[in-house]
Amino acid sequence: MSSVPISQPPTRAQRITNIVFQKTCYGFAWLSIVLVAFIVLRIASAALPAMREYGLGFLTGTTWDPNEGTYSILPEMWGTIYSSLLALIIGTAFGVAVAIFLSEGYVGDFIFNTLKIFNLHFHKVWGKLPERAEQLLRNLIELLAAIPSVVYGLWGLFVVIPAIRPAAGWLHAELGWFPLFGTDLAGPGMLPAVLVLSIMILPTITAISRNSLTAVPSRLRMAAYGLGATRWETVLAVILPTALRGIFGGVVLAFGRALGETMALAMLVGNANKISVSLFSPANTLAALLANSFPEARPKDVGVLMYAALVLLAITLVVNIAGAAILQRASGEHDGART
Amino acid sequence: MSVENMAGNLSGQDFNPFQDVDFSQLERSLRRPRTLFSVLMSGLVTVMTLLALIPLFSVVWMLFWRGGRELSAASFTQLPPGPLEMGGGFGNAIIGTMIMVAFGSLISIPLGILTAVFLAQAPASSRLAQTVRFAAKVLTGFPSILAGVFAYGAVVLLTGGYSAIAGGVAVSILMLPTILLTTEDAIRMVPAKIKEAAIGMGATPTQTVWMVLLPTALPGILTGIMLALARGAGETAPLLFTALFSNYWAMQGGHLDLMQPTASLAVLIYNFAGAPFPNQVALAWAAALVLVLLVLILNLIGQSVSRRQVQ
Repeated sequence: MSSVPISQPPTRAQRITNIVFQKTCYGFAWLSIVLVAFIVLRIASAALPAMREYGLGFLTGTTWDPNEGTYSILPEMWGTIYSSLLALIIGTAFGVAVAIFLSEGYVGDFIFNTLKIFNLHFHKVWGKLPERAEQLLRNLIELLAAIPSVVYGLWGLFVVIPAIRPAAGWLHAELGWFPLFGTDLAGPGMLPAVLVLSIMILPTITAISRNSLTAVPSRLRMAAYGLGATRWETVLAVILPTALRGIFGGVVLAFGRALGETMALAMLVGNANKISVSLFSPANTLAALLANSFPEARPKDVGVLMYAALVLLAITLVVNIAGAAILQRASGEHDGART
Repeated sequence: MSVENMAGNLSGQDFNPFQDVDFSQLERSLRRPRTLFSVLMSGLVTVMTLLALIPLFSVVWMLFWRGGRELSAASFTQLPPGPLEMGGGFGNAIIGTMIMVAFGSLISIPLGILTAVFLAQAPASSRLAQTVRFAAKVLTGFPSILAGVFAYGAVVLLTGGYSAIAGGVAVSILMLPTILLTTEDAIRMVPAKIKEAAIGMGATPTQTVWMVLLPTALPGILTGIMLALARGAGETAPLLFTALFSNYWAMQGGHLDLMQPTASLAVLIYNFAGAPFPNQVALAWAAALVLVLLVLILNLIGQSVSRRQVQ
């Protein structure tokens, strides 16, 4: 008989390693909290001198002129929120539509029914096609999120702006009295920025909406069909209301992303310091202001820019925490119907 | 025989449970408004989905059409051209992106994984774990430009100049939440019986983590790292005023200088996109193609390793 035991109590060295490693992990957990706190504090402390100097007037004034030494960011705050809201309207309409399209399995059904004609729907290879096609479509939508925002900016400059300029010119000429079309589109402006922004937030909305739509217990759908409801009566009266909170959480998170999005806006929004409801007017956003001003900031401008960054941080933080809280409450709310 | 007759026959003479039911309402026909509405809505979401995919195909088409014809071996080996020069490339930008993403990984991978090990083992009631998770979620939605602002305040102002280090710090902040949250998920997905077997054999918690949990969760962790690398490589905003840009190689005179402004693909695209010189715009498209391919490859690798995770 060999005397080597299958198991043994940990040696002294193993015990010490264990304690050291556990403490290290504990320390790193604290470190990541400290990091987040440090980020916020670093920005806040750098902004403090400017906050003392400019106070709340910084948030309500409309001029940004480093040469004169007057700084205020109302136009940028307006541009940030206006562009994000418009993008959110477009992004939500399309994002939820795509999520319904994916969760209802239209593509899979279509391919399944086509295969049925040829009696291949349970075939070893062909039978997998519906599932594969659905997967492919989901991945394509997710690809939209993988493309870096600077590439979207480049695409917006060379594709979106030339594409919408004729339509924008016509709308301004024919319907110029309507505030949304009040100015002409001279290159960069609000509309191209909003269109690109809505494409960038669409995957977020679609992914979260699809999750909440597929999380709706299937017995609810069965019950609606059993009562004679059509597909869309089921979707509108049963599935969407049940998934509403999750979808709403996704929309709020997408809003947070839109508020903080930088590159596409810095390239497309026109960087003009003005407040206008016109879709074709150039504007500016907080993130774009930071991106454009920081590289050439003089030491005395830095404090002011930090103040602007702090405002952006506060806005996005509130929106993101709200979105996360809504999603947290939405998850597991249908547990009763699932049993 | 119609449905009405059948119902009438089954139910005897004086009692008909279906007498108030209008069976014509249950007919599925496009002439019925209900069915028509359903079909029209199905058509509408199909069209909207197709519309939503147009930008993707347009971007990809433009990248290959305008960037593909510009791409050559010189793109990878030469320095960015001046305003009126012809040719040129973005070799230094590719290297710069790699340096900064590597530096970002050096910070974010150990921090993210060790924090995730703590999170995955902490009891559900742990205050610290909840706070860490909250912090990670805050970082997930953190605007990338603010990571740049922080790195500017914490590194650029401190060291007195734009540098690859500052860029790497900014990138690491954006990579951290992805690595942390996916690693925690991956460790949690390791079947409890595997972990319990290790503990039952007398393994210390540390041995369980290193010999059982981390190896089993490795595919999931790699997915997280790949996604984080893809995100880090594609970010522009945090690099604009931390690493700035440079028209020269990061490696000069045989040694790597991390304390000087460094080029990156993303910032090169931003700078050249607005340039009035056709050659620079063409290079911006070629660089965009390279960047998108890089990001897509990282994403694909990430997705393919995640399928191997033991469920």
